[in-house]
Amino acid sequence: MTTVRLLVGTRKGAFVLTSDGKRERWDVSGPHFGGWEIYHLKGSPADPNRLYASQSSGWFGQVIQRSDDGGKSWESVGNKFAYDGPTGTHQWYDGTPHPWEFARVWHLEPSAKDPDTVYAGVEDAALFRTSDGGQTWQELPALRTHSSGSSWQPGAGGMCLHTILLDPAQSERIFVAISAAGAFRSEDGGKSWRPINRGLTSEGIPNPTAEVGHCVHRIAMHRSRPSVLFMQKHWDVMRSDDAGESWREVSGNLPSDFGFPIDVHAHEPETIYVVPIKSDSEHYPPDGKLRVYRSRTGGNEWEALTKGLPQRDCYVNVLRDAMAVDALDPCGVYFGTTGGQVYASANGGDSWTAAVAHLPAVVSVEAQTLP
Amino acid sequence: MIRVALPAHLRTLARVNGEVKVHVASPATLGAVLDALEAEYPMLRGTIRDQVTGQRRPFLRFFACEQDLSHDGPDARLPAAVVTGAEPFLVVGAMAGG
Repeated sequence: MTTVRLLVGTRKGAFVLTSDGKRERWDVSGPHFGGWEIYHLKGSPADPNRLYASQSSGWFGQVIQRSDDGGKSWESVGNKFAYDGPTGTHQWYDGTPHPWEFARVWHLEPSAKDPDTVYAGVEDAALFRTSDGGQTWQELPALRTHSSGSSWQPGAGGMCLHTILLDPAQSERIFVAISAAGAFRSEDGGKSWRPINRGLTSEGIPNPTAEVGHCVHRIAMHRSRPSVLFMQKHWDVMRSDDAGESWREVSGNLPSDFGFPIDVHAHEPETIYVVPIKSDSEHYPPDGKLRVYRSRTGGNEWEALTKGLPQRDCYVNVLRDAMAVDALDPCGVYFGTTGGQVYASANGGDSWTAAVAHLPAVVSVEAQTLP
Repeated sequence: MIRVALPAHLRTLARVNGEVKVHVASPATLGAVLDALEAEYPMLRGTIRDQVTGQRRPFLRFFACEQDLSHDGPDARLPAAVVTGAEPFLVVGAMAGG
């Protein structure tokens, strides 16, 4: 029987939610690693019971956990993230040089083919990879040492590499995004990188259309069309039809084009979802109404999805890695809030219910569809 | 045998209850205790001191015999009462919520 499993990272532990194909009732297990910040958990597409989790703490640093049984049991694996070679400096908030310092793993992206191969996006921004199931991690240093690296600067949450997209059609092509440097693409498995930010405009940097320096919050793609990318930037929802060579704004009629997550429907490559947030300092929905916006036209024309979501006095945020879709038909859509709710829709966003309502602040949500 | 008292989260990570005991050759130094602890419990590597720099993590402190050993170097010898096992070596998390 089909099962959907949600992997939920929170500020105080990880939770695993499971449901059958109806996606009406959810069993909740957790907290796993209670008291620790779980920035991200993700399962291997090649072996869905192989899970990886980023566990971190201001006191005790970074730990990586691995499960081989779908989250029932875990073992800690390697947690040494050493930059490869001289670290150099990036810009601090005030523009002064600041040395690269490892803080935490924001995002884990397992290979589509090999359960032992995983990419890790870290703060301060760099890309690491393991090919032994997490026992050891090696940096792909060409990204951090890109000629623009000394000009990168942190976003409010730190200088994090938060998005890793592995192109399903071209195995050597990788997209990453960094706050606040922008988006980058590699065509050779991470040996070299190129900024792909043409068309982005950002106030708050000396040259609003600079090659790097943009606070990209999240990028998403549909696996059937990996050259079409959707971006939620600090402000502006953007789209590229040429693998990031150029971007155009598709914010259209959104009530605010600030936000964090963006995702694509599992079966409709032109159907995308965002959660508008009022502003860069007011991290809550406009008018106290929690609304997911859906575009069926790849942007520009958006409809509010409100059924089952609080429409008054709601002042939560939805963070960049806290939205996911499953692979069922109709497509399930999920998102978690800083108020501890995980909302689930079993009908592409038409209506929503809280799968769980009182978790710690949710940082990340991933969905697995299991046969 | 040196007794080491860990913070609760590190006991959970190491899957131990109460104090742990480690063997350290003489002379017993602060660095040798941490080396022995990490060898016996590899999951603790990086959680007490940075794996690259070897520096104590900033929100952790080392106490023993009512003394603050946090700023002693790795070659500093431990108090005699810790070496004999009469007193534990304490790894303590900074008193801060979050």
